[in-house]
Amino acid sequence: MPNYTLNVNGKQVSVTADADTPLLWVLRDELNLVGTKFGCGIAQCGACTVHIDGVATRSCQIQVSILDNTKITTIEGLSKDGNHPVQEAWKEIDVPQCGYCQAGQIMTASAFLAENKNPSEEEIRNAMHGNICRCASYNRIEKAVKVASQKM
Amino acid sequence: MKLHKNDNFSRRNFLKTSVLASGGMLIGFNFLTACKPEAKMPVDIASLNFNDFNAFIKISDEGYVTIFSPNPEIGQGVKTSMPMIIAEELDVEWKTVTVAQGILDTKNYTRQVAGGSQSIRQGWDALRQTGATAKQMLVNAAAKKWNVDATTLKASKGIITNEKGEKLGYGAVVKEAALLEVPEKAQLKETKDFTIIGQDAINVDIDKIITGEPLFGLDYKTEGMLYASVLRPPAFGQKLDTYDDAKAKAVNGVSDVLKFGDKIAVLASSTWAAMKGKKALSATWKTDSKAESTEKHDKILNKILDGKDFDVRREDGNIKKAFSTADKVIERTYNSPFLPHNCMEPMNFYADVTADKIHLVGPIQTPQWTANRVAKLLERKVDEIHLEMTRMGGGFGRRLYGDFALEAAEISNLAKKPIKVVFSREDDMTAGTYRPAIKYRIKASLKDGKVTGYHLKEAAVNGNMYGLIPNFFPAGCIPNYKVETGNYKSNITTGAWRAPYTNFLAFAEQSFFDELATELNVDAIQLRLDLLQNVKNTDDKRIEYSGQRMEDTIKLVREKSNWGKNAEGTYQGFAAYYSHNTHVAEVAEIELKDGIPVIKKVTVAVDCGVVVNPTGAKNQVEGGVIDGIGHAMYADFSFKDGKPEYKNFDKYRLIRMGETPKVEVHFVQNNLSPTGLGEPGLPPAGGAVANAINAALGKRLYNQPFVNEIKKSSILG
Ligand code: FES
Ligand code: FES
Repeated sequence: MPNYTLNVNGKQVSVTADADTPLLWVLRDELNLVGTKFGCGIAQCGACTVHIDGVATRSCQIQVSILDNTKITTIEGLSKDGNHPVQEAWKEIDVPQCGYCQAGQIMTASAFLAENKNPSEEEIRNAMHGNICRCASYNRIEKAVKVASQKM
Repeated sequence: MKLHKNDNFSRRNFLKTSVLASGGMLIGFNFLTACKPEAKMPVDIASLNFNDFNAFIKISDEGYVTIFSPNPEIGQGVKTSMPMIIAEELDVEWKTVTVAQGILDTKNYTRQVAGGSQSIRQGWDALRQTGATAKQMLVNAAAKKWNVDATTLKASKGIITNEKGEKLGYGAVVKEAALLEVPEKAQLKETKDFTIIGQDAINVDIDKIITGEPLFGLDYKTEGMLYASVLRPPAFGQKLDTYDDAKAKAVNGVSDVLKFGDKIAVLASSTWAAMKGKKALSATWKTDSKAESTEKHDKILNKILDGKDFDVRREDGNIKKAFSTADKVIERTYNSPFLPHNCMEPMNFYADVTADKIHLVGPIQTPQWTANRVAKLLERKVDEIHLEMTRMGGGFGRRLYGDFALEAAEISNLAKKPIKVVFSREDDMTAGTYRPAIKYRIKASLKDGKVTGYHLKEAAVNGNMYGLIPNFFPAGCIPNYKVETGNYKSNITTGAWRAPYTNFLAFAEQSFFDELATELNVDAIQLRLDLLQNVKNTDDKRIEYSGQRMEDTIKLVREKSNWGKNAEGTYQGFAAYYSHNTHVAEVAEIELKDGIPVIKKVTVAVDCGVVVNPTGAKNQVEGGVIDGIGHAMYADFSFKDGKPEYKNFDKYRLIRMGETPKVEVHFVQNNLSPTGLGEPGLPPAGGAVANAINAALGKRLYNQPFVNEIKKSSILG
């Protein structure tokens, strides 16, 4: 199997994996970064969202072989102490229910807010529409994104 | 954990205390006997060890409290709310409390099952007693130290104070307290003195969730563990005939392919390799029993409704007479599809079966039952099994069934290696255990402006409504009343799905009552309130709900939703339902956007007794309401020749942010024992929305998902 060097959460790491392995499974199985979740594997749910060069990306769709010269950020590396404004807002609003989808939600929200500092309700709902929460914590996700935007 | 020798027991309380060698005191208690004080000791008390106590309170020398929460967490918040109840009676500050996952042995819990919204209700008294007893022991220890009578002391917020105003922290007396007799009685607080219960507390796992620490079954791994992807028969009614694993074995990372029963497991060093290996398998299947289709189910269930083969589940008065003397008779039929649970975290389980023990780890709602089944399957003693529960990425009933844990155990047993079974979404959606398809036919007689007769028939696949349901609303409200059920046995596997039966029944009945109100020309809420008067002073012990509590709940939602005073261009729909010991009433409000209904807001009133953790309770109800709406609006599922026709979220539609209304939750204030909240918010939601859609469009909905019906009608062209 080929070897790849990735930049994950500011660190250079080396992994051995088949070229077609989705980043999701490299993170989870090879790098022990299990915060990024598997929900559907077909780009429908957003549970696997990470940042690639700051852009929210579904890691179940990105093959490990095309990631050189990119910066990958996962939920584990979003902030040093779990104090990114989005994480703080998530805590303040007590967003999670089962919690499983929330890493993906947080990664989507943080990339969105980096682009749009002062979003309207409509823009928040559109931005978060691609992330499924089976527990339906949507009301609180919406509120938390608003709160986070005020903290950014 | 090293324990000091001086253990103490009381037969009556079955609470055990110990001095910890590392400092502090450990109080173990056992749900089995805590809930049933008359229960017999399982073994000679002298030989009991701490494994027999599965819920623990640890108080350190510094007075810090750790509570080991015994109930599995699936997102219903019990891991937070149950410790809150203990901390309240123990009388410590919530901020000094840490909650840890319970000691994970599966023995001796009365209620180590997180299903059916019962966790809080069954644990309430036991948890309060335990906290209060521990507090009393600490007070008694302080009394001994000061050489005064314990009744002269006061304890609050982790500090004991005597009449002279001297103070001792709990931590200062733990060593002595652990050596004392366990008191037989402990004073419970008055609800008005609660300082923790009723306050907002956030999810105890929040920091781990927002930073992505391992928590869930899917995150669990051990050194050398292999991932297993399982190929199962693609259709219900099929069995494995032949297979060829040469290509699968050639996939990088695949180490083994094992057949077990009619399934084939591909073992690999990564999840991806296992999944790829599974795709590379080729197999042929033979038909073993009938291959069923949705179309056929539809016909069969209709035939049941038209036929005579029913079990009578409750009968009052004489419905025949009511119908023959009625001014008008109305009859409607309601249809629902099978539904998969679709927990966000797909099913998975870890197993390490060795010659001397079996280690199982994963998300499961029924640890004890699962351990017993694994023991039976592998012909091993249940004592050899150690089962650990992880946090669960949703449950909704699916994780009551340990099929995935059994698969893991069987594969590990064959492979002689630690393995973890991981379902893909496709596996998860097609492996079975669905909510069964159900139809309801409801007939009512109207006479002199009143509902005089009510006849409900259920035709369901595999199971039928559980015994309590015929005694839910409107039982007791209508003099002539009958509930009957009929059944068809299918080879498609079915199981409990969040708020079993009521998740659809409530929609059927609550839409039906809306039609009755229109027919009788009375306000939809007033019709329910009038009917409830008939059940308020009932002496019928079978009636499950309270007429008074239902009335109060409905009145609260009427007020909070501005019922009947809604803004121009908005349309309201009402539904109320009692399930899982909780009374809920909801008003949905919709607008039309280009003729299409948009659900804007749902106002909810809930009577769940004492609200232990308002934030958590609100979150539960919100989730239940939106889940109810999502499935009523969008969720479709079908079979062709035994094969599920939906496999992933591209075709199977779950509600998303853009379709979600604002949910506003109000609680009825009272001092009654808390009841569950995981399910009861869901059942009325579909009815409230359907009734609002009718208010807007003049169109009654009889089939779920609504979106198909709305599309079919001229509304969407
Ligand atoms: S797992 Fe990647 S979008 Fe669902
Ligand atoms: S919190 Fe459970 S899926 Fe979102």
